[in-house]
Amino acid sequence: MRLLYFAWVREKTGIDVEVVELPPGIATIAELIAWLRTRGPEFDAAFARPDVVRAAIDRTHVRHDAKLGGAAEIAFFPPVTGG
Amino acid sequence: MIRVQQEDFDIGAEIAKVKAGRTDIGAIVSFTGTVRDCGGAVTQMTLEHYPGMTETELEHIETEAKSRWPLQASLIVHRTGTLRPGDNIVLVITASEHRQAAFEAAKFLMDYLKTSAPFWKRESGPEGDRWVEASSRDESAHGRWEPPKNAAE
Repeated sequence: MRLLYFAWVREKTGIDVEVVELPPGIATIAELIAWLRTRGPEFDAAFARPDVVRAAIDRTHVRHDAKLGGAAEIAFFPPVTGG
Repeated sequence: MIRVQQEDFDIGAEIAKVKAGRTDIGAIVSFTGTVRDCGGAVTQMTLEHYPGMTETELEHIETEAKSRWPLQASLIVHRTGTLRPGDNIVLVITASEHRQAAFEAAKFLMDYLKTSAPFWKRESGPEGDRWVEASSRDESAHGRWEPPKNAAE
């Protein structure tokens, strides 16, 4: 699975894209975030306020209770500020 | 039509392209968003986006506008990369037979773009750099519109 990080989420994790093998039992965005936070202090800091981090599954906005299903690409980012 | 680009755009030229060869349009509305210097606090703005999802979201927003108003043409152009105060950021053009649809659709496009298109602004100035925070006014402007059918949120 490809994970992408944008804006300050990218700055805090220190990476923009990575390919990961998820451990079994991770079914939702919220569970994925909880696992990511265990990977190191930079991930813990990036997701310290998980409620302000937005997620997309295969380039569609989703809530944190969304099921990962067979997702190929998951992105994490702050609320958008374009326009 | 939607475009995401680093280059500047020419508002007059874009309106001319929308009108070219057509005599059925009665109203054209354009909105341009530009970089503010916020009283000298901002000397540069960098726009990051999510290539692929950005285009998908903008097309989705445009399709939604066309399902709500009788638009004859529409255009969204959004810039990315490094911009300076006074530079253009975003252009929305809507064309319809009558002004009401064009005005409302242009506002709708901007309200939805502001809360769903994956762009992020980073401002630089004498005090350093900061990521622009999402505005609750943008959320409430979005919330004034009826949600689309099949809305995921």
